[in-house]
Formats: sequence, structure tokens, C-alpha cells
Amino acid sequence: MPEKQNFIKKQILEYKSRKRVRLSRSLGGTIMIFIFLAVVGAFMILPILYSIVQSLKPINEIFAYPPKFFVRNPTFDNFRQVLRLTDNLYVPFTRYLANSVGISVIGTAVYVVIASLTAYPLAKVNFPGVVVLSQIIVWTLLFRQEVTAIPQYIVIAKLGMVDTYWAILLPAMSGTMGVFLMKQFIITAIPDATLEAARIDGAGEFRIFFRIVMPAVKPAIMTLVIFTFQSMWNATGVQYVYSEQLKMLPSVLQTLAAGGIARTGAGSAVGVILMIPPILVFIISQSSVMETMSHSGLK
Amino acid sequence: MKKNSNVPLARRIKKNSVYYVMIAPFFLIFFLFIFIPVISAVVLSFTSFDMVQLPEFTGFDNYIRLLFDDEIFLKALQNTLIFAVVTGPVGFLLSFVVAWLINELNPALRKFITLVMYAPTLAGNIYFIWQFIFASDSKGLANSVLSSLGILQDPVNWLTDAKYSFAVVIIVLIWMSLGTGFLSFVAGLQSLDRSYFEAAAIDGIKNRWQELFYVTLPQMGPQLMFGAVMQISTAFAVGSVNQALTGFPSSNYSTHTLLLHMLDYGTVRFEMGYSSAIAVVLFILMMASWLLVNKVLKKYSEN
Repeated sequence: MPEKQNFIKKQILEYKSRKRVRLSRSLGGTIMIFIFLAVVGAFMILPILYSIVQSLKPINEIFAYPPKFFVRNPTFDNFRQVLRLTDNLYVPFTRYLANSVGISVIGTAVYVVIASLTAYPLAKVNFPGVVVLSQIIVWTLLFRQEVTAIPQYIVIAKLGMVDTYWAILLPAMSGTMGVFLMKQFIITAIPDATLEAARIDGAGEFRIFFRIVMPAVKPAIMTLVIFTFQSMWNATGVQYVYSEQLKMLPSVLQTLAAGGIARTGAGSAVGVILMIPPILVFIISQSSVMETMSHSGLK
Repeated sequence: MKKNSNVPLARRIKKNSVYYVMIAPFFLIFFLFIFIPVISAVVLSFTSFDMVQLPEFTGFDNYIRLLFDDEIFLKALQNTLIFAVVTGPVGFLLSFVVAWLINELNPALRKFITLVMYAPTLAGNIYFIWQFIFASDSKGLANSVLSSLGILQDPVNWLTDAKYSFAVVIIVLIWMSLGTGFLSFVAGLQSLDRSYFEAAAIDGIKNRWQELFYVTLPQMGPQLMFGAVMQISTAFAVGSVNQALTGFPSSNYSTHTLLLHMLDYGTVRFEMGYSSAIAVVLFILMMASWLLVNKVLKKYSEN
């Protein structure tokens, strides 16, 4: 017996040493790569850092000449000013915030459920129409909401939804990206045999969905949460809504940004408040997002 | 999945009725807010419609007017094509190159760089900050830096001077171009089978470039397709960045696009038929470029 174990050990060692094949890499190439990444990375991150810096600048530093990239006496005045903007805005700042949080949270929760419910049969069942519907899902990835805005407005007007929360919520839940990603994930994440076994045991399809499918696709759920939340959180709501009390937080940013350089500080403060939630959610769920995206290929 | 075509369709539908219930909520919303709008845009593009009276059939009038009687449309079409042809491929290539270069880094560093590169997309509306970087007076960061380096004598009107505003918008669009497709590339490269690379190294692959063209790219077909769809959908929907930075309408319509032209006629002038015709032009452009890219990528991955 120990002989056999030794043999296996040797095999494993040999296999491991074989795994260590050196891929050809030159030092010069590696240095070039790091320089390139540093340049592109700086281009990506500096404007974002600049907006954070601007949000912390006191008014005299914002108007300083020549402008400095860094802040000398950081202050939270701009953030306080945003909260006090009630006087200039028609409705209080907190109303926009509540709209944004409410719409994003409810919309994300509902979308994740209905998109997963759609993805499961598309991925695993051969029902009449499944091929056509799957094709429609892929082709629709081409159409961002901006592109269909005008015809969409006509439909929303006909449904009598203009200037209601529905006009923000429902179009935001009509995208096919989430269904597509969830479908791709379910195809490989859940073996057909598992589903067959559950059906033989007499489980209904909804039961299978909630008990077997949903627990097995947690990474994809996290990914749908971050993508959906991100797009809803960044929506202004101004397209189909005119009443100020229904608008969302980014519309405040638009108002402030239009105010020119005098509003730089307050505008940056709103910008910073807006970008924190999506970035935090992304950092928390990054591994799940990556796992999901590895199934995103179009065959 | 088995094909059981000998069973009558009606019975198959009945047998699978639970699945139709499952997909119903999403597809109801989808049909109302995407399918019907796209179809009705095609129909309305052949009519004159102001939302008050019933649409009136006018044949190809809207399209004839677009092509022969609307110089601003032609300008918008030209701008959109240039924006799309520049930012689409550049964004696609940049996404892939960055994803490829960070593929072999240690996981923590790769995660960090992924976050940095994806941050402009995550932060959404923060692109307004470019308005202050390229502010026209001497307090703008770009003007101040360039003049202190002695490159500029007088401050430049980056956002209103047609000579520069186009380039500024392109810079910002590229800044935002590492989106969902980029994540797909990073994840796809990570899930490639390492044994192919080792076999290739033994077979005499000499450097990174050979490895890229002979081993990596042929396996990345599906991700490249997905990335292409994402880039096309973003590249042709250009407009909101232009509007935020260079105003609406931009001076001499220098950064005017099809999307903005469509919104102008749809929301300001309420010429819904005409606006729909512009939407249809956009649809056709997107679908045509997707078919083209699809063909090219398929041909490449078959070789």
C-alpha cells in the first residue's frame, strides 16, 4: 500500500512540475505594460479624484487663480450647502434622495425577480417560442433606452403614465441585459439532471425555481443587482416626469452643473454623494460580477 | 433539449403553460416599453403625427425631408458616424487591451485596476466634471495647466469652439468606454484553459504577441461578440454627454447627433412622425453595424 501511495505522490509531483511551464515573458514588455496601465489608469481616475477634491474645496479655493488640483483646507461646507439648497430648489433635497433610493431599491428588487423568472425557462426548457424569444433578448441588447426614448414616450402617454413614478420605474425594468446574463449563467450553473430529479420527485416549476435555481445563481443575482441599481440610480427621471417632487437625485446635479463655476463645489458634492453607492456595491460584489461575466459570451 | 415536433403545437403550449406564466411579467413590460415602441417607430415614421390628431399617412415624405431638406440632420448623421467609428472601435480595443494586460497580475492588483478602469462607467453622471476641467476661462484646469506649460497663450473655449468641442467630447466618450464589455473581457480571459497556453509554450510560442494571436483570441470569440454589441449600442446612442458639455444646441451644431436631433423633434417640436424616422435611421445603423461586426468576428473565429 505505501508503495502505491508513493507512486501517486510521485505522479502528483511530476504533474505539478509539469504545470510550471514558463510562459515566455520579457522584462521590457512587462515594464511597458505597467507604464501603459499607469497612463490609462491615471486618465480614468484623475477626473473622479478631481471631483472629490472640488467637493472638499472652500469657496475661495474654487475661485483661486491659478486653479490647483489639490485642496489646501478641506471642508464639508459644500455638502452642508447642498442640504441647505432647499431655498433655491422647489422641493427639499431629501425628497430627491428619497425618490432615488425608493425607485432604485424597489425597481432593482422587482427586476431581479422577474428577469430571473424569465431566464430560467429560456435557459432550460424547450417550449414553443423559446428560440425566437432568446433571439429577441440578444438583439434588444443593441437598443439602449435613450434610442427608444421618443416612441417610448408615445406609449407612456397613451397609457396615461406621464408624470407618475410608473414612467420612471417600468421603462427601467424593460431592458434585456439582466435576462441575458442570468440565462447564460443558469445554462452552465445548473445541471439538467438536477432539474429532472426534482421533477421526478414531484416538485412544481415555481418550487424548483425558488428552491434550486435561485440558490445556485447567487453570483448572477448579485450582478443583476449591481447593474440594475447602477442604471436606476443614475437616472434623472426628467424624461417622462415634469413635477419636481417626482424627480430623482441626478436631476439636481444637472441643475447645479448648469449653474456654472459658482456651483462647482455643490455640484461636485452631489456628484460624490451619487457615485459612492454604486462604487461601494461594486467593490462588495466584484467577485460575483466577474464570475457572472465569464458566462456572458455570445455564441 | 429534445425536439418533439410530432406532438401538436397546441398541446405543447398547454403542457408548458407554467413557463409562459413565469416569463409573462417581464415580457409584458418588455413588449409595452421596448417592442411596441420600436415597431410603432417604424410605422409612425411613414406618418405625420403630433400626438393630438390621429397619425396621417405620408409615405416616404419624412425620409425624403431628412435626406434632402434637413441640413442639420445630415450634420447630425455625419457627427454620429464619426463618433461611432472613432469611439466604438477605440473603446472596444482599449477594453480588450487593458483586460489582456491585467490578466496575469495577482488577483488583488487585477481587482483594483478593474475597479479603476470601470469607475467612470460606475460613477455615471460624474462626467459633468469635465465641464470644469475644460472650462473656457483661465480658471479651467486644462487652460491653466497648458498655459503654465507655455503651450497656450490665451485660454481656449474648449466647449464652445467647434474646432475643439468635438475632440473634447470624444475624449470624454473614450473615458467612459470601459463598460460592461470590458468586464466581460476580464472575466473571459480569466476563465480560459491554462493548459492551452502551456501546450503552446512547449510548441514554441515565442512571445506575448504570438500567444495573443494564436492562443488567446481564438478562444475569446463569444466574449468579443458580446463586447461588440455593448460598444455598438453605446457608440450610436451618443448625445447626453455632448448635451451636458457643449450645450443644446451646440454652437453651429458642431457636436449635434442623431439622438439629439430625434429628441429635439420629439420633445420640443412634437413632430413624432419625423422624430420616429430619425429613430428608425438609428436602428438601421445599429443593426447594420452589428451584422457587419458579427460577420467579421465569426469569420475570424472560424479560421
